[in-house]
Amino acid sequence: MALDRWIALVLLGICLIYGYAAWFTMDDALAPFMRRNPIWPSTFPKVLSVLAIVAALVILLGIEKSEQKIGDIDYRRLGDYKIGQALMLLGLMVAYALLLRPAGFLFSTVGFLVGGSFILGERRWIMMLLVSGIATGIVWYLVQVVLGIFLRPLPGFLVGG
Amino acid sequence: MLEGLLIGLQTALSLQNLLMVIGGCLIGTFIGMLPGLGPMSIIAIMIPVAISMGDPSAALILLAGVYYGAIFGGSTSSILLNAPGVAGTVASSFDGYPMARQGKAGKALTIAAIASFAGGTIGALLLMVFAPMLSSVALLFHSAEYFALMVVGLSAIAAFAGTGQVAKAMLMTLLGLIMATVGEGALFNQPRFTMGLMDLQSGFGFITLAMAMFALPEALFLVLKPKDAGSADGEIKDLRITRQEAKSIAPVIGRQSIQGFFIGVLPGAGATIASFLGYAVERNIAPKKEQEEFGKGSIKGLAAPETANNAACTGSFVPLLTLGIPGSGTTAILLGALIALNVTPGPRLMLDEPQVFWAVIMSMFIGNLVLLILNLPLIPYIAKVLSVPRNYLIPFILFFTLMGAYIGQNNATELLLLVGFGIFATILRFADYPLAPLLIGFILGGMLEDNFSRSMQLYDGVSFIWERPMTLGLLVIAILLVILPSYRARRAKMRAQGVADGD
Repeated sequence: MALDRWIALVLLGICLIYGYAAWFTMDDALAPFMRRNPIWPSTFPKVLSVLAIVAALVILLGIEKSEQKIGDIDYRRLGDYKIGQALMLLGLMVAYALLLRPAGFLFSTVGFLVGGSFILGERRWIMMLLVSGIATGIVWYLVQVVLGIFLRPLPGFLVGG
Repeated sequence: MLEGLLIGLQTALSLQNLLMVIGGCLIGTFIGMLPGLGPMSIIAIMIPVAISMGDPSAALILLAGVYYGAIFGGSTSSILLNAPGVAGTVASSFDGYPMARQGKAGKALTIAAIASFAGGTIGALLLMVFAPMLSSVALLFHSAEYFALMVVGLSAIAAFAGTGQVAKAMLMTLLGLIMATVGEGALFNQPRFTMGLMDLQSGFGFITLAMAMFALPEALFLVLKPKDAGSADGEIKDLRITRQEAKSIAPVIGRQSIQGFFIGVLPGAGATIASFLGYAVERNIAPKKEQEEFGKGSIKGLAAPETANNAACTGSFVPLLTLGIPGSGTTAILLGALIALNVTPGPRLMLDEPQVFWAVIMSMFIGNLVLLILNLPLIPYIAKVLSVPRNYLIPFILFFTLMGAYIGQNNATELLLLVGFGIFATILRFADYPLAPLLIGFILGGMLEDNFSRSMQLYDGVSFIWERPMTLGLLVIAILLVILPSYRARRAKMRAQGVADGD
């Protein structure tokens, strides 16, 4: 089974859960006086769930014929691409998300930019540090001072926050 | 209209807004040139900046400038490197790149700039004429018609998705609509589908979703498959074109401005289709001798898609500004930005906030002028950005997507959502699912449900569908739009089965 039909299967599952919630569980919490309304919070989701299940089934059962096209990337040969680098970069993004608050903006951002270049194969450390350091400083200044959005620059324990 | 024009001119010509146009065009050109980063990603990255400015006219002017700049930048990399940064400029590389190979890069860029300028300007003129007309019709609409109109828009987007893609586009649209129902709606003060998570109480962030759908997959694709963008060798010089050449492209520009504009107005069509269609039409109507030159460096073949894509970009503002319904991913992102700024685009925009409406139109003229007289001479220098090593470029792109999502919500959970949705979107792209319909559905979801609920309440049920003929008509159109393409494909297949193969 091709990837697009697998995806349709997963989405069908999501739509079924969504539909179940809309049709069978949501209305229990509805206040009695609301029940006389022609429209309930679950009305629109009910319609959506039915339509989405139909669309997912059309793809899953291959009712709408389509020729297999190979786009920019052929997922059957993922190993041929730099999948390792991509996964490591995604991991780095997750790490950044988790560290942004505790480690402060400046440290985590320099770390992210240096780490990203490193994963992609850059080894000129001084250059990397210089570029990331300057860029981090500029972005922090723009966001904090020009746009006025608070970004804690340093780790919490250094500024007592 | 004259009064509106003056208000617009006054707003657009303020120092701040002039700087916004110039800045937007420059930023757009810079980033649009990078292969793999399209206007949607660039605008998504710029949104937090635009929103935090607080002034809707300035924000929209900035974003529109970025949009134009990105298309222009995309054509530059198409011409110089044969590596289009934007889907709408793929057709420009057919003849632009051969011209550059023949040492006529400067001339090709000039033709591209002039064609873009003319396309954008004529498009803006048509917008000035048609938008107020459409808006006055739209003022007669009730919520029932609005609901039906949005359904038409969404089904048109699915219908234009191409053969074998209608169901996929439909599913993506519905998924977007489903995602929009998560969180606390305005109509019922009751959280829905939050699974008890506090972070989902306010729903998914629209910037996070825009970044995850466009910027992140594009960056990941760049990592997975480095595009071997050749180097922009050779000097870019001799930007002049001859009188003879100008004469031969003038009719092309005229035709394609109009054709491109109207294709842009249609929901779901947009700049990419306009540019390919423009190229094909011009090739077919060209004299036999010139026809052979297409694909080998014909100036007409370059002028046609360049004019058409810019005119279509302008055209796509018509449904956005008059009906509040975006027809493309880019205008959907713009709509999201406007809603975040407390401006609701729609027929009342011209009455309630004329300065926003007219300032945007005026800034289109200014933006096109900026691209022509400022960016064109600077292109040899701006093109240097193409030599930034990807080892530095990609971490920065990723960082900006993260920053955009973080600034929008000030919440680190949003970053995890971004990565999660980004991976999901990348997998969807592997399997050739279109992503723009998801975002359009997500952005329209709230409005669609509000209008639906209001009509249900007014008519005490679904009777509004048959009691209002216009609503019924629009809904019938929507159904036809979805069913016809697959029906026609099926019939063509049935017929093909009965016929023996020719050879």
